[in-house]
Amino acid sequence: MIDFSSTFKMALLSLKVNKMRSILTSLGIIIGVSAVIIMLAVGQGASVKIQKDMASMGSNLLMVSSASVTSGGVRMGQGTRPSLTLKDAYAIKKNCPSVGFVAPYSSEAKQITYGNQNWSTSIAGTTKEYMKIRDWNINLGRNLTEEDISNMSKVAIIGNTVSNELFGDLDPIGKTIRIGGVPFKVVGLLESKGQNSMGQDQDDFVIIPITTGQKKVFGTTFPGTIKMINIKAKDSNSVYSAETEITELLKVRHKIGKKQDDDFQVRNLTQMMETMQSAVKTMSLLLGSIASVSLLVGGIGIMNIMLVSVTERTKEIGIRMAIGAKSNDIRIQFLIESLLLSIIGGVIGLVAGVFGAKLIEFFGSMTVYISTFSIVLSLGFSGLIGVAFGYYPAYKASLLNPIDALRYE
Amino acid sequence: MTPKEKALIEAKNIVKTYITGAGEDCTFYALKGVSLEIQTGEFVAIMGASGSGKSTFMNIIGCLDKPTSGEYYLDGENIVGTRLDKLSEVRNSKLGFVFQGFNLISRTSALENVELPMIYKGIPPKERRERAMEALKIVGLIGKEQNMPNQLSGGQQQRVAIARAIVNDAPVILADEPTGNLDTKTSYEVMDFFVNLNEKMGKTIVLVTHEEDIAKYCKRTVRFKDGNIINDSLNTERAARYKEGLV
Repeated sequence: MIDFSSTFKMALLSLKVNKMRSILTSLGIIIGVSAVIIMLAVGQGASVKIQKDMASMGSNLLMVSSASVTSGGVRMGQGTRPSLTLKDAYAIKKNCPSVGFVAPYSSEAKQITYGNQNWSTSIAGTTKEYMKIRDWNINLGRNLTEEDISNMSKVAIIGNTVSNELFGDLDPIGKTIRIGGVPFKVVGLLESKGQNSMGQDQDDFVIIPITTGQKKVFGTTFPGTIKMINIKAKDSNSVYSAETEITELLKVRHKIGKKQDDDFQVRNLTQMMETMQSAVKTMSLLLGSIASVSLLVGGIGIMNIMLVSVTERTKEIGIRMAIGAKSNDIRIQFLIESLLLSIIGGVIGLVAGVFGAKLIEFFGSMTVYISTFSIVLSLGFSGLIGVAFGYYPAYKASLLNPIDALRYE
Repeated sequence: MTPKEKALIEAKNIVKTYITGAGEDCTFYALKGVSLEIQTGEFVAIMGASGSGKSTFMNIIGCLDKPTSGEYYLDGENIVGTRLDKLSEVRNSKLGFVFQGFNLISRTSALENVELPMIYKGIPPKERRERAMEALKIVGLIGKEQNMPNQLSGGQQQRVAIARAIVNDAPVILADEPTGNLDTKTSYEVMDFFVNLNEKMGKTIVLVTHEEDIAKYCKRTVRFKDGNIINDSLNTERAARYKEGLV
């Protein structure tokens, strides 16, 4: 048995002799591997982004909102028939055992001012539990309290963007802002959350007590109603039971008959995210398999060139056999050549793929994620292709008869 | 030869047939039962017209081909019926080949060509290099070791081939018309090397040629015709150059 390093050197030498051909042969693998890397990076990037969004939204979330109104056959869209009230929210909190936190929620865009600064932002009326539901923290100052709700205090917690726009470098705590003309005292500054999955700035946002909002800030077309109720289930196992409990409770409270449509809608956000996640997974799997077809084509290219190489070097094989190469030595030599072609192609493809993914991230403003898994997968796959497609030519070479091979011109 | 002493090469009743078509008439007898013994230290020329069976016989004693029937012992080892891989080992360690067309591996340096048999024997790189340099020194090619075959003259290429044949310390050198592609002057030079290998290093050499003046360098001449040995004689008159002590 001959030593590995010598075979390796011999293989490298014969690849160097046909430099252009080796490069072109590897090109198939280079393109294949880089395509796989890019596709997986984009797919996994999307998946990672969804996970991040899920985390920033808070986990085990349910949203109850008013259902749409059908007026003369025209469906008016969600929330057109406000049916939810603060009392619904309290009832859910009281009667649904699977529910952890409940925060009634109404919002409206308003102009806010501080001194000579003004800014248009979304004003959200809610309760202190909203922070728990969204897994959000107060950076400075305090959260809303029970008293704020019951006293309809004119206090506000502002997001980072709002603080920057109105106060610049000033400390916002204790300052008075005007929301639609009504003065509110800033008591808290929210921790920055950045953009959500839709690219919306989550920090451009002011929170006030829901009761104050209903009374002083929001439009009063449907007095006493709220837009939605945000709910956090006790834990991930109770999300679905919470959904059922809430639906049952609200049916009773809203006196919905058996054949009547619900005037509310319960949405399970976790479920929505999971659906999105699996859609992304399917997509990246699809892209990956399309990319791996090019890897396969690259492999066929290697096989083609190795077959040419074996025929071309028949005499060399004969000489090697005459001076003592066993058929196994010949086989291993050609196998290593094709393996080298594919591995070198794989490594170059990996670099090209990572580079390409970064370009996509930079110019396409997409999240890409290059996992160790995709690197190992594409390198392993290209090595496998080298062996699989190199085996037949190598086997063919090893079967040559030394006398015939020596006579070959 | 005492009965105990085995010949280095012992071929008994070697028959080699080729099927050229269907039916019994189409069996071509390349060798019709050839027996030959060659002792250690001999320098044998095998002569004959083309188609006489001399090349077929060389292939068989070179363990490159198997006889249809007959027995062949090389260095006491029964070769007929040996596995192919084992034959590779025998070729590697007991035989050195020198071909008419030099048969060096192209685009591979002289040194690496000489190292090749040792690679297949599994000799470590450092020792390989040393021994290859030594062999190149014997054939007088020091300074040319990094040259590719196409950068060497025909005579130099054949000397590289000789170095490759002796580098594994094979007791037998098989040369198939080694001077066939060389001019007369270079042929004689190459033959001098063979004489040297035989006289000074004790190599047993079997050399196929159809040139009488080349055969004169050898100690014994075996003539083939139509698949049989028709003449086997010791050379009483060695080549002039050899006699004059020029080597």
